[in-house]
Amino acid sequence: MNPQGWAEIALTIALTVALGWPLGIYLGRVWAGEKTWLDPMLKPVERLVYAACGVKPEKGQTWVQYALSMLAFSAASFVVLYLILRFQNLLPLNPQGFPGLSSHLSFNTAVSFVTNTNWQSYVPETTLSTFSQMAGLTSHNFLSAAAGIAMAAAVARAFASNRSDNLGDFWVDLTRISLYVLLPISLVIALAYVALGEPQSLLANVTAQTVEGGKQTIALYPVASQEAIKQLGTNGGGIFNANSAHPFENPNAITNLIEILSMNALSLACVVAFGRIVLARKEARAIVAAMVILVAGGASVIYAAETQRPPALVAAGAQSDVNMEGKEVRFGAPSTAVWAAATTGASDGGVNGMHDSFMPLGGGMAMFLIQLGEILPGGVGSGLYGMLVMALIAVFVAGLMVGRTPEYLGKKVEAKEIKFAMLAVLILPLSILGFTSVALVLPAGLAGLLNHGPHGLSEIMYAYTSATGNNGSAFAGLTANTPWYNTTLGIAMLLGRFAYVIPVLAIAGALAAKPKLGATTGTFPTDGPLFVGLLIGVILIMGGLQFFPALALGPIVEHFQALAAVAAH
Amino acid sequence: MLAQARAAIVATLFFTLLLGVAYPLAVTGIGQLAFPAQANGSLIRDAKGQVVGSSLIAQSFTKPEYLHPRPSAAGADGYDASGSSGSNLGPLNEDLAKRVAEGTKAIQGEGAGPVPADAVTTSGSGLDPHISPENARRQAARVAAARGIPVEQVERLIAANTTSAWLGVFGQPTVNVLQTNLALDAAAPAKPAAPAG
Repeated sequence: MNPQGWAEIALTIALTVALGWPLGIYLGRVWAGEKTWLDPMLKPVERLVYAACGVKPEKGQTWVQYALSMLAFSAASFVVLYLILRFQNLLPLNPQGFPGLSSHLSFNTAVSFVTNTNWQSYVPETTLSTFSQMAGLTSHNFLSAAAGIAMAAAVARAFASNRSDNLGDFWVDLTRISLYVLLPISLVIALAYVALGEPQSLLANVTAQTVEGGKQTIALYPVASQEAIKQLGTNGGGIFNANSAHPFENPNAITNLIEILSMNALSLACVVAFGRIVLARKEARAIVAAMVILVAGGASVIYAAETQRPPALVAAGAQSDVNMEGKEVRFGAPSTAVWAAATTGASDGGVNGMHDSFMPLGGGMAMFLIQLGEILPGGVGSGLYGMLVMALIAVFVAGLMVGRTPEYLGKKVEAKEIKFAMLAVLILPLSILGFTSVALVLPAGLAGLLNHGPHGLSEIMYAYTSATGNNGSAFAGLTANTPWYNTTLGIAMLLGRFAYVIPVLAIAGALAAKPKLGATTGTFPTDGPLFVGLLIGVILIMGGLQFFPALALGPIVEHFQALAAVAAH
Repeated sequence: MLAQARAAIVATLFFTLLLGVAYPLAVTGIGQLAFPAQANGSLIRDAKGQVVGSSLIAQSFTKPEYLHPRPSAAGADGYDASGSSGSNLGPLNEDLAKRVAEGTKAIQGEGAGPVPADAVTTSGSGLDPHISPENARRQAARVAAARGIPVEQVERLIAANTTSAWLGVFGQPTVNVLQTNLALDAAAPAKPAAPAG
């Protein structure tokens, strides 16, 4: 650990917040249907989409219609993506000559990109054609992100409304977020990435005659265009196997900073936009504070862990001040640590270093940040509504302590909302611990392990944590391209996305129908440090109670083994 | 329900064309025109125009007159630029301990001073084009001896191919291995191998 490292981590987080603010103001305008400076160019396209889809933008939808539209869209996306992957050999732009993907891998990958998880069971550069990367994955990087932000907009309207059943229109939200937010920002970032060194080519590869007389085949893709939305939309699915550790995906410290900023700024922007729509800017600030405090804590723990003495280096007698296994020289421990906290706190899942080779507490903290519910600041849109579920539980806990009906942002929080909130929150332990337990006793579950002992448990638990949290990062030693893992991880991803968001939309429907109350002297304040503390407490206690016993058997045991191994030398 | 299905199908197809075809092709067109070197993979060519590698992608160097890159876990023999990968070995994995111990032993024989961590660990991508400045400087004596040139000349070339942290804060200082080796070849071609016997 050194001052430069701490400065890098602090500055990166501060810049994310500084960027999220203006972005949130703009996003709020897009949610509200207000004029933007892109209107002259995009308004005709927007109208064309509504006409083609048969959408009446001013009509609005109830929570049930909104949820059905979202499900219909996700189903259509899934089918199109499944077919593209399954039959990529029959489609154009396959200069690599790759065959179609197996049915279980097509299923897993299509679910993965439609749920904004972007878990990858395969090595892209030996599996996916250029067309599959572009038309298949790049487009769903946009659309799954837009769908997530759309649902956050619906939840925001629920808090803002007074005895209404109108949550807005899913198709309008999807279209406006794609056209006015994701596409223009991605275009600018993608061109910056090309300028900074990321390839953007339709060729399969180039062959180099190396200096010592060998042959090297260098795989190419349209990298920059996908990298931009991969990070902006908290998708995280690598264009290459090594993800953002690959020098083509992340060539230098500048691209690395842009990639970190873009994976968290839009999630924070959702909170800012929420504050403006609901007229609760101070409450939004409190939510941002809770997110930033927890993610900064996570980054600090990972940085400290990765600068512990690694047993292998100590035993060999090499320099052992930083764990460089699985890390790139240009990033080192600080850039890798702040990225790891950002990607696991944000449901992104892109990596710039290999989590499987992290020190036990570094990898354990990455896993714990996902298990806290992907709300720090979470996926685009999903981070906001996940955090609001936690806020409802926090005011409920506060209400229990003082014995009065809790309110949040002028809405009475009653039994129905809390039941739905708990239903959503309990999906995580059910899917993560349930699937992990089953995998641990099945030969098919144990077959894919690269590492054994406590680290093997971590590999399996991380996989189901990542899938259920719709994160997509991996302890990549696990060979997951098997029927067992492709299928069960696919189900975990579906549960993590839809079994979570449907109760959330139900809460939105219930809240929208309630009258909007003014604050009284008896209202528990939700905009100050007391609430920030309570919210952080609820998040940590829920996550800790659910997952600490399992973590104790994995990363925590391994941590003490590592200490013992170092002490023995 | 029928209205929802229609909207879902039309929206999926329209946005697939816009975001999955038009957008990447637009970036490709502009990128290829404005930044052709980067857009095609930052390739380096020799005097005859033959591609010798990419400045962003590590390639294997084993001869003593060249700086050696970090070990690589990409592909069966390492440095597979169409199969990027880290080792994914956990911190207590025995294979990792064995590999690091062997690597350290080999490097300890090459010169004095502690063995830098990056010299005996594989990177996340297996294609890390850089080594740390300490790692490069530790190899300078070997490279200089193999080429019959002063160590200071090698160190100057290493310094010329070193990039420091951006703004002094972001990222770490790096030495680009391929670029340094090409600069070495240009400045001082390697001595022909001594005849056997």
